[in-house]
Amino acid sequence: MRFADILGMASGGMWRNKTRSILTIVAIFVAAFTITLTTAIGAGVSTYLDKQTDGFGAPNLMQVSVAAEDDGDGPAVYDPKAQTNFGQTVSTLTNADIDAIAAIKNVDSAVPFEGSSPSYIQTNGDKFVLSSQQLVRGQTVDVVAGSAPKEGAQPEIIISPQYAIALGFDTNKDAVGATVTLGVSDPLQQVQTVEAKISGVMNESLLGGGRLWVNDTLQDKVTAIAQQGLPAEATDSYFAAVLYAANTDPETMTQIKADLSDLGFQGMTVEDQIGIAKQIFDAITTVLTVFGVIALLAASLGVINTLYMSVQDRTKEIGLMKAGGLSSGRVFSLFSIEAMLLGLWGSVLGILAAWGVGQAVNQVAAESFLKDLPGFDLMLFPLASLAVIVGIILVITFLAGTLPARRAARLNPIDALRYE
Amino acid sequence: MDTPSSATAISAVNVRKTYGKKENAFHALRGVSLDIRQGESIAIVGKSGSGKSTLMHLLALLDTPDEGSIRLDDRDVSSLRAVEVNKMRNSYYGFVFQQFFLNGRQSVLDNVMLPLVIGGVRPAERKKRARAALEAVGLSDKIKNRANDLSGGQKQRVVIARALVNEPRIIFADEPTGNLDTHTGEQVEQMLFDLNKQKGITLVVVTHDPEFAARFDRQIFLSDGQIVSESGAAA
Ligand SMILES: Nc1ncnc2c1ncn2[C@@H]1O[C@H](COP(=O)(O)OP(=O)(O)OP(=O)(O)O)[C@@H](O)[C@H]1O
Ligand SMILES: [Mg+2]
Repeated sequence: MRFADILGMASGGMWRNKTRSILTIVAIFVAAFTITLTTAIGAGVSTYLDKQTDGFGAPNLMQVSVAAEDDGDGPAVYDPKAQTNFGQTVSTLTNADIDAIAAIKNVDSAVPFEGSSPSYIQTNGDKFVLSSQQLVRGQTVDVVAGSAPKEGAQPEIIISPQYAIALGFDTNKDAVGATVTLGVSDPLQQVQTVEAKISGVMNESLLGGGRLWVNDTLQDKVTAIAQQGLPAEATDSYFAAVLYAANTDPETMTQIKADLSDLGFQGMTVEDQIGIAKQIFDAITTVLTVFGVIALLAASLGVINTLYMSVQDRTKEIGLMKAGGLSSGRVFSLFSIEAMLLGLWGSVLGILAAWGVGQAVNQVAAESFLKDLPGFDLMLFPLASLAVIVGIILVITFLAGTLPARRAARLNPIDALRYE
Repeated sequence: MDTPSSATAISAVNVRKTYGKKENAFHALRGVSLDIRQGESIAIVGKSGSGKSTLMHLLALLDTPDEGSIRLDDRDVSSLRAVEVNKMRNSYYGFVFQQFFLNGRQSVLDNVMLPLVIGGVRPAERKKRARAALEAVGLSDKIKNRANDLSGGQKQRVVIARALVNEPRIIFADEPTGNLDTHTGEQVEQMLFDLNKQKGITLVVVTHDPEFAARFDRQIFLSDGQIVSESGAAA
């Protein structure tokens, strides 16, 4: 018997009892739909998080801050060295600390994060508040137009598309190369201005927290104004530093973190910062996937039942075909293909529906709760994982079909023909 | 015995068939021996339950005897592999069972094509041959009809077309006229004898109708699973 005929006959057999087959297909559909949606959300979020991790800094970059006090022992003792930030005491790093960090084994270098930021940004019209930070070496941004601010003599800043619009540029491209005025408050609350060039426009990122990035020259100018006239002990204070590890081996990272904590600091790689969110998220998607798999198992019981009924209904037909010389192997494939066709219909329709829902959700999300996170597609449907889902469902329906298919294959033609 | 027409097609040697076990055991065949020669027509006659269908199924390689052997070309069939037996039935045998076994929802043409589909014949070729077979039984105008929509006599003719579509060497028919009125029955009988005479197809037919049986070359009378008498040319 030709394969095309087996396929045709299996398909014909499936549609013989439409209601029964459609109900089974619906069960598989629900499972495929659920699994596809969770996979898509998983793919969307982890792709975005990966992009953030890649975009935010090289893997050998570690952010260092003073280790948080364990507040289980009551209130902390007042430390005059600690910086006050709107009444909140923040422990800071000094240049000596940074030298100590740079001296740790496997640390190439360490640079302080300057805390000073301009108060506003302006072209010709309105002034807008901003928060900016120096883009340190090894850190990258998701550039949409132009380029990231480069180290050099020229003060440069990269802005987000929202700022480009607010500052009166028609397109992101128009903003590139334009000059902006930045207002910086000195310690006496007098605002002084500096000029800078817009080096480019970037997508805002999750870890960026709405910050814009400036180059070293601009940061130096901003810091100089913000700390004008302050005594050395007041300026020798940074809320964080960045260290560059010699390599990214997990052992090296662990060793550096251990050495940091001996010194009273804590180090976090970009992955660490994103890791917690990712773990929670992975747990949620795993639970959802388990639901999908349970639905799939329930559906495969449906497949077994449907196929047993199909074998029963067609006992005489099987007998006739076996009498006509159809081998048991072919009878087996006839019914296992029928089972897999149920799986194919259910999974393809389920995936298509999930894809449709995904497109709609992405659209809605991009216009609402993900508005501030451009470049974040909530659901992604990579072809490879869709193919894997179809493949797994085909395997499962095949396995479910083996029991009834074996019964059909073992039918004795005479018994089948005598069957009433 | 040297002429091709008298060469043995199938022989049964002392075959026994028992259904059930122990106290429920029922001996459907108790030592039947029979030679079927190529090109002859044989009627197996007997009361209901005498073992006619059982014997026919054994001769048609649809079932295996508990004792004794079925021989083809002097080889014991039990030594053949399943593939060979399947191939044998598909290429050289045609079947007409006690019931029609038509797929009512499918077209007449599809039903007739089934043995060729099983045999893996190309679609164009099998359509051509199925049309020819339907023409031979006078049903050319019903090709596209659903099998359900035919009359009983027409259904039986479709069954005969299906039995001869693979150009078999031997046709096994179990009560081919059992469900038909006298007139249609005679038509079907004539069709079978024409195939026997014109194409040299061997006929093995089960019937309980003495008049029909009398038209065959040979008659085998079965009673309680044993041959009680044989009559006709070779007896
Ligand atoms: N699978 C089976 N299990 C038990 N008994 C069976 C089985 N198949 C056939 N028999 C018995 O074997 C006997 C012979 O059956 P068979 O079908 O050969 O009869 P038959 O001569 O063809 O009768 P009829 O003319 O009514 O078709 C019957 O008594 C039947 O009940
Ligand atoms: Mg019978």
